[in-house]
Amino acid sequence: MTQAQLQEAANIPALLEEPGVRKWQDFFGFQTDHKVIGIQYLVTSFIFYCIGGVMADLVRTELRTPEVDFVTPEVYNSLFTLHATIMIFLWIVPAGAGFANYLIPLMIGAKDMAFPRLNAVAFWMIPPAGVLLIASLVVGDAPDAGWTSYPPLSLVTGQVGEGIWIMSVLLLGTSSILGSINFLVTLIKMRIPSMDIHKMPLFCWAMFATSCLVLVSTPVLAAGLILLAFDLIAGTTFFNPTGGGDPVVYQHMFWFYSHPAVYIMILPFFGAISEIIPIHSRKPIFGYKAIAYSSLAISFLGLIVWAHHMFTSGIPGWLRMFFMITTMIIAVPTGIKIFSWLATMWGGKIQLNSAMLFAIGFVGTFVIGGISGVMLAAVPFDIHVHDTYFVVAHLHYVLFGGSVLGIFAAIYHWFPKMTGRMVNEFWGKVHFALTIVGLNMTFLPMHKLGLMGMNRRIAQYDPKFTTLNEICTYGSYILAISTFPFIINAIWSWLYGEKAGNNPWRALTLEWMTTSPPAIENFDQTPVLATGPYDYGLEHANEGVPLYDPNPILSGGPNSVLRAEPDPAVAANPEDRK
Amino acid sequence: MKIPSSIWTLLIGIVLTLASLWYGQNHGLLPAAATDEAVLVDGLFNAMMIVSTGIFLLVEGILIYSAFRYRRRAGDNEDGPPVEGNIPLEILWTAIPAIIVIGISVYSFDVYNEIGGFDPHSIHEAPMSQESMAMPGTAIAATLSDTPPDTEPNLNQEKSDEAMQDPATAEVRNADQIPQLRNAPGVGSVAPTIGGTPEKAGKPAELQVNVTGLQYAWIFTYPETGITTGEMHVPIGREVQISMTANDVIHAFWVPEFRLKQDAIPGRQSEIRFTPQKVGDYVLICAELCGPYHGAMRAPVVVEPQEAFDKWVQEQLVASKETLNQAIAVNPADLSPHEFLAPYTKDMGIKPEILHQVHH
Repeated sequence: MTQAQLQEAANIPALLEEPGVRKWQDFFGFQTDHKVIGIQYLVTSFIFYCIGGVMADLVRTELRTPEVDFVTPEVYNSLFTLHATIMIFLWIVPAGAGFANYLIPLMIGAKDMAFPRLNAVAFWMIPPAGVLLIASLVVGDAPDAGWTSYPPLSLVTGQVGEGIWIMSVLLLGTSSILGSINFLVTLIKMRIPSMDIHKMPLFCWAMFATSCLVLVSTPVLAAGLILLAFDLIAGTTFFNPTGGGDPVVYQHMFWFYSHPAVYIMILPFFGAISEIIPIHSRKPIFGYKAIAYSSLAISFLGLIVWAHHMFTSGIPGWLRMFFMITTMIIAVPTGIKIFSWLATMWGGKIQLNSAMLFAIGFVGTFVIGGISGVMLAAVPFDIHVHDTYFVVAHLHYVLFGGSVLGIFAAIYHWFPKMTGRMVNEFWGKVHFALTIVGLNMTFLPMHKLGLMGMNRRIAQYDPKFTTLNEICTYGSYILAISTFPFIINAIWSWLYGEKAGNNPWRALTLEWMTTSPPAIENFDQTPVLATGPYDYGLEHANEGVPLYDPNPILSGGPNSVLRAEPDPAVAANPEDRK
Repeated sequence: MKIPSSIWTLLIGIVLTLASLWYGQNHGLLPAAATDEAVLVDGLFNAMMIVSTGIFLLVEGILIYSAFRYRRRAGDNEDGPPVEGNIPLEILWTAIPAIIVIGISVYSFDVYNEIGGFDPHSIHEAPMSQESMAMPGTAIAATLSDTPPDTEPNLNQEKSDEAMQDPATAEVRNADQIPQLRNAPGVGSVAPTIGGTPEKAGKPAELQVNVTGLQYAWIFTYPETGITTGEMHVPIGREVQISMTANDVIHAFWVPEFRLKQDAIPGRQSEIRFTPQKVGDYVLICAELCGPYHGAMRAPVVVEPQEAFDKWVQEQLVASKETLNQAIAVNPADLSPHEFLAPYTKDMGIKPEILHQVHH
């Protein structure tokens, strides 16, 4: 079927008995449909985001005053350790996998992932790992050596908590590896015949690069953690200096995964932003191949920058120079992406809806994190600010201003596809405004704090930093509040939101060429590409996607509750409907 | 009159450059620079701030301008112009960041060299000594008996042995004293060195201070005079070499005003060198997470004129004789962490007498 036919077929009640219908119980079971698994990933990771967010606010509440007066120092250390672990391993990474699960088969015209059962197994490792991690708080011996868990500190703090942390992260890493194998095989083997790799949507490219990175780096972390577990439980001394072990070796193994991990966390959302910006600017993506290959470049370079986390620890002088240069170079492919997004927006017809606002916010804040990242790569300067709040500010601009805003942009963008309903734009914009204000208020002052001399991971600090810390703390409360409009909006819109139609954004990628929500096995027949993924403004593209539903009567078929048909009275553009 | 867009671009470019230049030098984000090395690092930071401000204003400016200027008007369902790329433009915006990062790399390399990052100093000048040495009251101290003897002198071990000769550090060490890596490459290689400037390379520093980090205190020993204290004093204008290690977990030596940081790693010896240039009271902060009371692990650092420093040395020599004769009255094992650390958490300063209560 060509894309035009697909689009029409999508407007006709599907032949399947109940397209896309699922009972709510299905989301709590062992399902193999990639769309169910995608939503399971997204909802689960969002729940962990809320838990990690509460911990962040407890940490900030402690830091409102210079003294240790809210929680004990031991609890404080557990809180920031769990906050970081949850946000990285249970929120951002699984959220990326959630979108990949939902979107990859749809985008490449496949019926499901290559290994549906493996897919379900990968997901079902996450809830037990998360519960295990949080249970360590209850057993009273939570891990408190930081998310880096450097020995020898991790070997002398609570043994039970540290052991739980290792087991939990190992489970999550395994899940991540299984997921990546699945994404790679699906992307390589299951594309429709008419889609060569240069017609693949950029999100697929980004997931391809991410999955390669996961496969190369995660096993090294697993090896490091297993050795650490031996030191902890069996009394070996791989990293324990009392027996002649070397703690710096752990740092190499840890960062060999954990620096690439930041690209594992950001690349999927680079991909998502590359989908969102052209659609809502109504222009082709500027420099498709440059964006696609820059993902691969980031993926490769990401593997050879890890030692910049160790400039102050124990590596030779020349090695610092090598890692300084590789770290700096990685700014170039990242810059290519940012300039290409700007050029895509330039001269377009930009719809400032929630998805696009979050995408713009993503670009704007990620740039700040990227710039401070280049600064941190400069060895003499990094030696000053390493392990200070400057680094905390940098990583939150990258991971909150980048990944988290990217997740929200993607949720707002694909919500109509996943649920068949539109989100409420007003509350989406409130969510965006609160997030941007809270984000900058929380993390911008941290740059100054770090430069002036506030080190990280401390429960008490010099009273001269009180004012800036108060600003950060109140900013973090705004961030906490910003989540409520989103949660309420998402639940309400899912149940009662305006019907979306199959392709409310008039997009050209394949996931929009089927019903919303898509039926099980996605497409009735194998689709045939008539246009590239981003051919906006080109003649043949507009033929493929009708501006108005040509036959609105058909859309009120027997499954109309699920079909999300467009209202004949309304405009083509969801923005104009009110 | 309609102003051509090229003129607008030029004007915006000039304003952007001037704003970046001004902010890069007037950001006021750094504390005072108290060493020769700090001045160099600040120069690098200011240069990076100029470039960063320019890029920040450019990108955010284009982003916000596009978002407003190219907003879709209600009812307009047309698509934008189908521009799919522009090779010269893409080459330009790949080349410019590449040139910028190479420039910053070269500048960083230069500063790093200036502050002595590459100085493989004193490896050949370190004194030879025995492989292990007997400590009063203990058996053979701290060698890795399971590693084969090496014909080369083990510098890490020597440093450790030197530190062990100090009575006060002997007090804080204990039975599970961490041995140093027997076959670790020499000083300045595995243990990184920031310090000796190229002119001073190969020469020993004018003042040597040994630093030991332990939960949650810093101990300073001056090998030339045998002083052991909880606060560091250094004279102005003389190059100081810090040799550090840790007794339990990783700590990091950081004085923000000196712009220098180095991890003190158990089982290893690491060094930094610097030349203080501004009199004042500073604080040494532990920058690597070392446990719940990490935030309290601070020590005063005093940069003072030579005369004041000499006077302080004399006072310490008298005091250390007295403290050596004191018995330890409190068994720290009976104290809870809170009681144990009350003095630190109270005023976050560390006094010499407290150190004598510190037990691993």
